[in-house]
Amino acid sequence: MSRETEAVMTEQIDITAIEEIIEPYIKKKEMVIPVLQKVQEHFGYLPRPAIEEVSRLMRIPLSRLYGVATFYAQFKMKPRGKYIIRVCKGTACHIQGSPKIAERIEETLGIQSGETTDDLRFTLEEVACIGACALAPVIMINDDPHGRLTPDKIKSILDSYK
Amino acid sequence: MSAIKLTIDGREIEVEPGTTILEAARQIGADIPTFCHDPELPPNGACRICVVEVEKARALVASCVTPVAPGMVIHTESERVVRARKEILNLQIANHPLVCITCEKTGECKLQDYCYRYGVSDSGYVGEVKDLPLDDSNPFFVRDMNKCILCGICVGKCQDVVGAGAIDFTKRGFISNVGPAYEDKIEDSTCVFCGLCIDSCPVGALIPKVGRGKGRPWEIEKTRAICPYCSVGCGINLHVRGSEIIGVTADQQSPVNRGHLCARGKFGWDYQKSSERLTVPLVKSNGVFVEVSWEEALGLIVDNIEDVRNRYGSLSLMGLCSPKATNEESYLFQKLIRSLGSNNVDSYTRHCHAPSVNALMKALGSAAMTNSIEELTGTEAIFIIEADPLDSHPIIGYRVREAVRSGAKLIVANEKAVGLSDIAHYFFALEPGGALALVNTMSNVILEEGLHDQAFIGKRTEGFEAFRKAIAGYTPEFTAELTGLTEAEIRTAARVYAGVEKAAIISSAVIREEEGGDQLVLALVNLALLTGNLGKNSCGLYLPYSENNLQGCADMGALPAVLTGYQQLKEKAVREKFSKAWKIPISEKEGYSAADIFNTKKESSIKAMFILGENPAACGEEHEKTAEILKSLDFLVVQDIFMTETAALADVVLPAIAFAEKLGTYTNTERRVQLNRPAVEPPEEAYPDWEVIAELAGWLGFEWNYDSPEDIFNEMAALTPQYSGISYERIEAEGIQWPCPGKNHPGTRYLYEGRFGRGLGLFSIIELDHSRKFDQKPLPEIHSIGEHGCQCISDSMRNHSVISSMKKNRGGES
Repeated sequence: MSRETEAVMTEQIDITAIEEIIEPYIKKKEMVIPVLQKVQEHFGYLPRPAIEEVSRLMRIPLSRLYGVATFYAQFKMKPRGKYIIRVCKGTACHIQGSPKIAERIEETLGIQSGETTDDLRFTLEEVACIGACALAPVIMINDDPHGRLTPDKIKSILDSYK
Repeated sequence: MSAIKLTIDGREIEVEPGTTILEAARQIGADIPTFCHDPELPPNGACRICVVEVEKARALVASCVTPVAPGMVIHTESERVVRARKEILNLQIANHPLVCITCEKTGECKLQDYCYRYGVSDSGYVGEVKDLPLDDSNPFFVRDMNKCILCGICVGKCQDVVGAGAIDFTKRGFISNVGPAYEDKIEDSTCVFCGLCIDSCPVGALIPKVGRGKGRPWEIEKTRAICPYCSVGCGINLHVRGSEIIGVTADQQSPVNRGHLCARGKFGWDYQKSSERLTVPLVKSNGVFVEVSWEEALGLIVDNIEDVRNRYGSLSLMGLCSPKATNEESYLFQKLIRSLGSNNVDSYTRHCHAPSVNALMKALGSAAMTNSIEELTGTEAIFIIEADPLDSHPIIGYRVREAVRSGAKLIVANEKAVGLSDIAHYFFALEPGGALALVNTMSNVILEEGLHDQAFIGKRTEGFEAFRKAIAGYTPEFTAELTGLTEAEIRTAARVYAGVEKAAIISSAVIREEEGGDQLVLALVNLALLTGNLGKNSCGLYLPYSENNLQGCADMGALPAVLTGYQQLKEKAVREKFSKAWKIPISEKEGYSAADIFNTKKESSIKAMFILGENPAACGEEHEKTAEILKSLDFLVVQDIFMTETAALADVVLPAIAFAEKLGTYTNTERRVQLNRPAVEPPEEAYPDWEVIAELAGWLGFEWNYDSPEDIFNEMAALTPQYSGISYERIEAEGIQWPCPGKNHPGTRYLYEGRFGRGLGLFSIIELDHSRKFDQKPLPEIHSIGEHGCQCISDSMRNHSVISSMKKNRGGES
């Protein structure tokens, strides 16, 4: 996603929801992780204005919230797409050509692994193994597995997610 | 529990249970390296450089987090240990720029020292290295995170000790780093530039800008001095190379600040180097100042003083003494004024504190802060009302934070949130003027619920019954609206404060009388008397003064009604004692106070004034009126380091010298008399202030003989019971708190054990006056580095320092 798109999105963040989200956690500074999880549930990621509001209301330094958020892989600091594509990079998939699958997805969507399309439809991620080696090479799109892929199958699969 | 016996490097040792191996080893002088260990932070055990070999243990253990056990046999420098340490150093320098030849930290870098010690010069590991941009965003220091070894000490200082919360660990794995959220610049974070991170960084990641390229550690001479800003009186080391100060570090040995500072102490000293310093005497001629010789200036002063005295009498002369002057200077100054035949000597700054000073004198018999700053860490509850100590007196704020970490309950009642409300168990947002109603209602609730200390009240106080009757009207129901709090909140405040053995109150000493400041102070005294929170350790009333030596200035008798140590002019024996010692008659007549001169609407009878380092013409809202009064004088002499608003009005301006150039003592707000040592020579023709005063006295015909500030101190101490046991020799290492009545007396940590200054503590009746809600003005703009209220002198220093460029309203604000 371009910086501009992200800036526009950040501007549109409505932080009024934060007060309600943190209400059960007020004065419980040790509950940083659950709070961040709730905020992420609401926004899909952790927008800076939302974290600043959490910092202000819970009186926890912004640096501490940011430190926790960036330590755990579960917290996303950038907007994410409607569909999360997880390309398996496990051994079996690798042997069966997963690099070429990833490459084709990147070409088709015009983003690199870890990035999100400007229309917020797709986020591309790589994962170590999704435990479906029999289907190698395999990808997941949200909860749907797509196995025994070839690069040429990619376009039609992506097109089916609107 | 009994001591634990163990063996370290072949030596048997006994230590207390709970001691770590590191602490035990250091007791026998074993030199175990550490990176991430800091005695005041929770054990970390992250860096592993402190590993030692414990016989029969499977692996090497981190000595900083491992407690000793009976019979342990420990080797701190075995082959296995050395191998492990070398490996750790190898890994560290694989990703550390080895630019030691230009690095400021060379010579005192732990990484460099340990690599030297273990012969590690080049890492065997080759791989990716950090390539992070420098953060050069602020005027104070540069952050080069490529050099950071991730020990985390700076994070602990920032988050726990200071509470600025500007930096933390971010991300993880190879890209983990220390810094502000979102990789912001430090300038855009909540950093307060206290410099604790800089002083505690083991490597060269954090470097002050001021001394860069100016000297290696072994070329620097360190002089122990006292910070010239607020009344905490932090110990600082002035780093000098040649004739120039190139940096400051906190004095780790100071019992006051224990290695902590704020931005003022760490960076605010550079006004000493300002090109705008006054260096030669100036005389106003046709409205402009011209440089003159000392002889000419002194001659002019003597002529004018004698002329005014001949025409209007001695009572037409007055002196105002600076709370920045040393005790020795203050003592000489008031002696000079009194030698001229009047007691017209005061401090304008003290006048700003008059409501609290007078209230404390009336109720307790002394205006000094009752307990020591360090004692705060032992309190069980702290009640902060109408004050922002983390901001006005940061060290006091740090100690409050420490107390809370140790389990003390914290109540903050303020009109607006302050830095410490972040960690307060109860933050009560007061209505403007609600403070007095809250405190009185707390007293009433304490009585109603039987939480008062009857034994203390019976034995140590007077006026209780009348007070009890008068306070009965202050019910929580009644004052809820006045305070803006709920009844339950008011009751909570009372119960928390009164519910523990040791509770302290912190407020501001600078609250103006018209705003009800005297009433609030009296109400706070009532609260403390009621609960027996005076005259013992870790309780009391903390109303810290604004300027660094305001306590000393008053102690030295720069006051119109008392001589040194508050000895009353009206007592004949006192006058005779001083008369004999000074070989002059001492007038019985109380002198004019600053309030008499500057608050009066009548024509002033003062015709000539000598102002030593004060700036009333820039102080407070009434400064224009003050300036008019100064302009109307026949003759005004000002001695200062800068051309202040007040100096600009003078007929003669004498250059003064800065703290870093003078020898003398300062008395901090907890009555600690501390020695300040000169690090550099004064500029050009400026002389130590005491020499100037003594010279002037000579020209005026008085026979004084002083060779040094120590001479002056000794004369003063001999005349002043509270100081009589104190000498330069005794305070060489560490200051002593008065009263110190004998050469073997250890000094006094807290006042009023067994007896108040006036005998019994006095309960005061404060009438309920609904019409008078005192209207606390908004806090001044200079928020995070300024003393609230009276800060006119610190301002003239700050305005010539890099700290004047600090962003306002840092930290704690919401």
